[in-house]
Amino acid sequence: MMMLPEVGHFALILGLALSILLGIFPLLGAGINNQFLMRLAKPLAAGQFLFIFISFLVLGAAFLQDDFSVQYVANHSNSLLPIQYKISAIWGGHEGSLLLWALILSGWTAAVVIYSQSLPLIVYARVLGVMGLIAVGFLLFILMTSNPFDRYLPQFPDEGADLNPLLQDFGLIVHPPMLYMGYVGFSVVFAFAIAALLGGQLDAAWAKWSRPWTTVAWAFLTLGIALGSWWAYYELGWGGWWFWDPVENASFMPWLVGAALIHSLAATEKRGVFKSWTVLLAIMAFSLSLLGTFLVRSGVLTSVHAFASDPARGQFILALLGITLIVSFTLYAFKVPSVRSRIQFSLLSRETFLLMNNLLLVVAWITVMLGTLYPLVLDFLGGGKLSIGPPYFNAVFVPLMSVLAVVMGFGIVSRWKDNSIAYLVGQLRLAAVLAVVSALLVPALSFGEFHFGAFLGMFLFSWIVFVSIHDLHSKSKSSNGYLYGLKRLRPAYLGMIIGHIGFAVCLLGVAFVSIESDERDIRLSVGDQATVQDYVFKFDSMDKIKGPNYISDRGHFIVSDSESGKQIALLHPEKRIYLAKNMPMTEAAIDPGLFRDLYVALGEPLDGGAWAVRIQIKPFVRWIWLGALLMAFGGILAILDKRYRHKEKV
Amino acid sequence: MHPKRKQRLILITFLVFGFSAVIGLALYALTENINLFYNPSQIAAGEAPEGARIRAGGMVVEGSVSRDQTTLANRFSLTDYNAVVEVEFIGILPDLFREGQGIVALGRLNEKNVLIADEVLAKHDENYMPPEVAESLEKAKAYDAQKYSNESYKSNDHYNINQHTEGNPHEVNDTKAIDEQKVKP
Repeated sequence: MMMLPEVGHFALILGLALSILLGIFPLLGAGINNQFLMRLAKPLAAGQFLFIFISFLVLGAAFLQDDFSVQYVANHSNSLLPIQYKISAIWGGHEGSLLLWALILSGWTAAVVIYSQSLPLIVYARVLGVMGLIAVGFLLFILMTSNPFDRYLPQFPDEGADLNPLLQDFGLIVHPPMLYMGYVGFSVVFAFAIAALLGGQLDAAWAKWSRPWTTVAWAFLTLGIALGSWWAYYELGWGGWWFWDPVENASFMPWLVGAALIHSLAATEKRGVFKSWTVLLAIMAFSLSLLGTFLVRSGVLTSVHAFASDPARGQFILALLGITLIVSFTLYAFKVPSVRSRIQFSLLSRETFLLMNNLLLVVAWITVMLGTLYPLVLDFLGGGKLSIGPPYFNAVFVPLMSVLAVVMGFGIVSRWKDNSIAYLVGQLRLAAVLAVVSALLVPALSFGEFHFGAFLGMFLFSWIVFVSIHDLHSKSKSSNGYLYGLKRLRPAYLGMIIGHIGFAVCLLGVAFVSIESDERDIRLSVGDQATVQDYVFKFDSMDKIKGPNYISDRGHFIVSDSESGKQIALLHPEKRIYLAKNMPMTEAAIDPGLFRDLYVALGEPLDGGAWAVRIQIKPFVRWIWLGALLMAFGGILAILDKRYRHKEKV
Repeated sequence: MHPKRKQRLILITFLVFGFSAVIGLALYALTENINLFYNPSQIAAGEAPEGARIRAGGMVVEGSVSRDQTTLANRFSLTDYNAVVEVEFIGILPDLFREGQGIVALGRLNEKNVLIADEVLAKHDENYMPPEVAESLEKAKAYDAQKYSNESYKSNDHYNINQHTEGNPHEVNDTKAIDEQKVKP
């Protein structure tokens, strides 16, 4: 049993060996048209997944057995750590999270093996070969710079240093795997793009094969980012849900480009336009995933986050990113000039609106990248330390997203090739009027005052929702009745509608919570009460509790309505001290609601038994994550469409 | 002109102008929102601008933290072991704000060279040092090493403060290790 970590290490090396073979033989076979070599892709990909999975299980076993002779376990676990956190601690640090990256990559490769069997063999072999090459890069990275199986031998600690208390949370269990599913999912799209470039066939078939993978990766990334935001909100952001922190931006950049890619793939598949642009986006989406990994893992960021500051790690990922970019752009430069589309479309066509969507999303991505990398580049050039504040990002995003939301309405109702102005006006007139009316009424009725931001948010929200409803209505008209028509709508169409409504819901949440939040830091002693808006927060009592690996000061707050005096919620915010590291942690108490969250967090104990207390009222904050859920659900629904399951006739 | 060409021209003109306008605005917004980092030595020497929002980082001086008895006002000093800057902050300090800890404060200098902070950042890991602070301490150390003999430099515990910045074993996984506290001024 003492040898188990070595088994994990060895399995990882075998996984690397198989991915090297996977990166060579199928691609070679595709080059010389050798069926046998191409058919090797399947067993090699399966074997690679198997061995990386074994390696992952072994690391998990080391955590469950409290094997503190493994350095990574000793640094990230403790015998008192609850079992669910021992499992999630596998990806609670640098080495383990990279192992998760590799596991998910080989999992996606296995998914391609299973779901893309109907592809022409040559494409199948190329896609898996490229996936194998990516795996080689990452497995080398793990084995050379970040081996999770390194040991403290012969002397090892009796007790582990414990997982950072921030990470002892449900959020850590689910957030990184979801995010990585998204990040790494773009590697499939990338592999399809490279395979298409290698074969010189950037056609509708390629777009059709790439679409479901892009959508599902993007859906996972959406979930991952939303979970991160939610986690930050209740666990460590003190009620903030997005900070424009470089690490957040690192995940947001591939999301923006991925969203653009989904839309340009639609145009490429249906109309054969934007081919070279689409393939460029596919390359960029994956490169941005690598850039994100680099930013997070290298420690180059001037961020309040702490990261591995081993320069070798940063250099390795930067080299991977460099190789990826150089190889793909060289291939792109040689192959793309031969791709030309002669398809015409008019100015008022769905193609144009999709182009505008792409332009806006790409500009949004560039501005995020500018704000994230500018301090880094300047520092590298010796220009001094600086940071870019959130006002920059807000100033850029509000107009960009507003225009995007308006264009979205046009995109939903417009048809391919050409639309008359009269048609568009006819489709959109009612929605526009209803949107203006609700934007004038709803914020005024709910918040009692006019604020342009709330007006804008409500207008954009209702615009998208009313346009979607109108479109749904007109598309489900049928001689056999409305319900019959509704049932006949394709999942892909419904997914599109739901995804767009999700965007609207998210946008409304962002607008309202940014403008109408109420945030107070006050000094309260037991027995005191504070009134915020219509709510009375009474600091009722304080007690001490003991958790498995922490002790805690727990406050009891009674929240009641300021007019009727009726009790609304009991909130128990805590100030914990985690024993292994003697580290304080704030656990906020939240009464969630669809239209408002009530939020209480204990700051620090003050003289005379008083506490610094943060009380917040957050209207519509749940809509941000609800919107993200809808977007992800829309994406999943879209890929369930039957036409993605038909056998390809090529 | 051929109508198709004309349409294409309109589209391209529209795209180019829209794109340039947005990028121009973005660059403008960027220059408006840059927060430069200054260490206590630079602030003491008057290098930091008064009234502009800056980031100041250093170690919290032992025994310097004082709290107001009735409000949430705090006052403390930051040092790079070369110079000291006073900071005032109203609100809740981060969980890991401690004396002797490296932190970054964002705010504006007033006419008395006191930093009126609206945000105080400390990392949620007792061994973490904000990179700017680590670097500015390095600089101060190099500066002092010239002034004093090597002997006294080694014997002074303060200068070992940087040891935690490298190979930190308690590194926190990717995203959210912030314990930022945002307080509206």
